[in-house]
Amino acid sequence: MNSEHNAETAHGDTQVVDHDHGHDHVHGHSHDSGHDHDADHGKGHGLTDQGYVVVALILAAITAAEVSLTYIDVGALFMPALLIMMVAKFVIVVSFFMHLRFDNKIFTWLFYTGLLLAVGVYSAALLTFQFFAST
Amino acid sequence: MPDAALHAPAATGHDDHGAHGHTTSTGLSNNKLAMWMFLGSECLLFGGLISTYMLYRGRHPGTPGPSQLFAIPFTSVSSFVLLMSSLTMVLAVSAAQRKDDRNTSLWLTVTALLGATFVGGQVFEFTEFYNEGVGFTTSLFGSSFYTLTGFHGVHVTVGIIMLMATVGIINRSKVPGDKAEVIELIGLYWHFVDIVWIVIFTLVYLIPS
Repeated sequence: MNSEHNAETAHGDTQVVDHDHGHDHVHGHSHDSGHDHDADHGKGHGLTDQGYVVVALILAAITAAEVSLTYIDVGALFMPALLIMMVAKFVIVVSFFMHLRFDNKIFTWLFYTGLLLAVGVYSAALLTFQFFAST
Repeated sequence: MPDAALHAPAATGHDDHGAHGHTTSTGLSNNKLAMWMFLGSECLLFGGLISTYMLYRGRHPGTPGPSQLFAIPFTSVSSFVLLMSSLTMVLAVSAAQRKDDRNTSLWLTVTALLGATFVGGQVFEFTEFYNEGVGFTTSLFGSSFYTLTGFHGVHVTVGIIMLMATVGIINRSKVPGDKAEVIELIGLYWHFVDIVWIVIFTLVYLIPS
């Protein structure tokens, strides 16, 4: 947003002039919810290409650790460690590669609502089949 | 603000403005909202398939089960390939945001090739399991395994088709609306396929029954 400047007009609208996208944009609507312009449009944000490579290397390292765990006897830590690493990889991809960390919060709510609904519904379903008692 | 300024984007005829849907009540792109809603609903689909597999993974009387069939080193390489395809996908999105068509097409093609490698590995794995005596109707384990991983494979295949179609229309400069947003939406779908595999890899392959 460095090259953008917002100006309050006489009617209270916020005018956003964006020079980042190769041509000037002039938007006359007001962002009542205080959303960032770039966040709204999902561009001009996120990491640099080098940053994405670093994230990918971290994901690869976690995957290597996951696979290594299957060859090492860590006792009772095996299952929790695998689940924690799975969740970590999931969150990293969603946050950085899918830009949820930098994007509008509505997208986060939409996705995590579906995800949490799925986890809740199917955990309940597995409970009714006494799945967790048998594992 | 003068009316002319209010409607400046439409007046200038920039396609990307129309595609963004600036006049929506949220101020967000409807396309992107729809994609995130779709991905949220896909969680329920794959949640059901994964739960079914978890319930039935031990039901394979007289036939090989997960511990006899799964080759962790092979699947680990497949997982790594799919993970790296997420990197190339995000690099394609980044290039599209810079309006760099050449690199966008390049990274999209690499992503499709990595996806095709993953699907090829899956086909090889299915063939191996079938030769070991586990068909789709052999056992509840077989049915739930093939359904879960098959659904995922179909998603990857659909993604590959979308990627290659996008490369084609980029090369012909016929991308409708905002090109960067189109690439980003395809990227969201592709990354979703990757995170589903992250879950499947751990719950299905790494955690023994």
